Amino acid sequence: MKNKSLVSITDYSKEEYLRILSLADEFENHPNPVLLKDKVVATLFFEPSTRTRLSFESAVLKLGGQIIGFSDSSSSSVTKGETLYDTIKIVSNYCDLIVMRHPLEGAARFASEITSVPVVNAGDGANQHPTQTLLDLYSILKTQGTLNNLTVMMVGDLKYGRTVHSLLMAMSQFQTTFHFISPDELKMPEEYKYYLNRLGLKYSEQKDFGGSVNSADIIYMTRVQKERFSDPIEYERTKNAYILKNRMLEGTKDTMRVLHPLPRVNEIDQDVDANPKAYYFTQALNGIYVRQAIIASILGLK
Amino acid sequence: MLHMKDKKMEVSAIENGTVIDHIPANVLFKVITILNLDKIDKQITFGTNLTSKKLGKKAIIKLSDTFFIDKEINKIALVAPQAKLNIIRNFTVVEKRVVEVPEEIIGIAKCMNPKCITNNEKITTRFGVVSKTEVKLKCHYCEKITDQEHIEIV
Repeated sequence: MKNKSLVSITDYSKEEYLRILSLADEFENHPNPVLLKDKVVATLFFEPSTRTRLSFESAVLKLGGQIIGFSDSSSSSVTKGETLYDTIKIVSNYCDLIVMRHPLEGAARFASEITSVPVVNAGDGANQHPTQTLLDLYSILKTQGTLNNLTVMMVGDLKYGRTVHSLLMAMSQFQTTFHFISPDELKMPEEYKYYLNRLGLKYSEQKDFGGSVNSADIIYMTRVQKERFSDPIEYERTKNAYILKNRMLEGTKDTMRVLHPLPRVNEIDQDVDANPKAYYFTQALNGIYVRQAIIASILGLK
Repeated sequence: MLHMKDKKMEVSAIENGTVIDHIPANVLFKVITILNLDKIDKQITFGTNLTSKKLGKKAIIKLSDTFFIDKEINKIALVAPQAKLNIIRNFTVVEKRVVEVPEEIIGIAKCMNPKCITNNEKITTRFGVVSKTEVKLKCHYCEKITDQEHIEIV
């Protein structure tokens, strides 16, 4: 994996996922080894994403590395009209690894092709956010003890949600059964169902939680955004069907855990937070260990 | 007075070269662009809006002393999948060929996703062909699909 950019979740093989996850476990047990001494990581955030940036920067600092970069393109030469090409070419002279977030889709792939410095994609528009997927995998592995033969329920915006698409691609390598719960307007796109069919994996599609909630090992919640609906009345009618409440977890498996990529708005009621099955805040903490693992393995330090 | 024969004058024959036939009339100029015909110095004759049973109106291009390798000519399959090639030697058709959609399309089509980096920065586009019957292109950068109906030539 040394020097191998991570742009898309499909850039890494199943074996590479597992290697990252076992390294993340190592960092969870020993979080501060000084591996990045004399290394500089650039965090280039062409659009703000405080949560993701802080998680990456914390990961670098815990490993003893240095950080340069910007948190918003208004504080960089992008506002002077500099092209992405030029920014990447210049920054490459100053660092050992680039972490970048960009509003345009494909920006990270392009960047990875014009520099010899490895690039980690921290989100390119609605396209990919692979470190999120790896931390989701890590959270699933930690809570279930395995990634194989699990039942994953995905809820909410399954049409535009990049996290559910990437998670589906990654989990499909582990004999997963999927339940898709969404309004008609936000159903899982055909291309992903076609992909599951080709692999011979089972899935169901429903408009509400129904009974399958009790068979789930993981409930993966996402935000249903108002602006995704062409008809505002339809939004008002459907929004409450996708809110998870504590009483709905009564018949679920003891080992079941609720995940959410965050930020949440109201799709998980606050009364769920105290339930031991709520895992989303720990999931965010896991992001640090996974990002430490990704950075260390790309820089060939682990 | 002109004879009927003269009035019906068709595009003239060539001695050696390539005839590209069965081009839908409305994509003739796209084919010219894709093959860079505006930059070659050999004799070229076009005919367009010719009657065709199959296409309604078709176009034809005759190129003297010009021959294409498959990789080059297959690029036009994106806009003219029914195109047929006649290779001419000494005024005789010595070979007929059809075009085939290639596995990868570089620098010809435009990604239909307005938020794709290729539509915002100077980048040569690149697509994998995920379906050939009804052409579907997957952008190497934004990973979105551009379908036949939305294919635009750069």
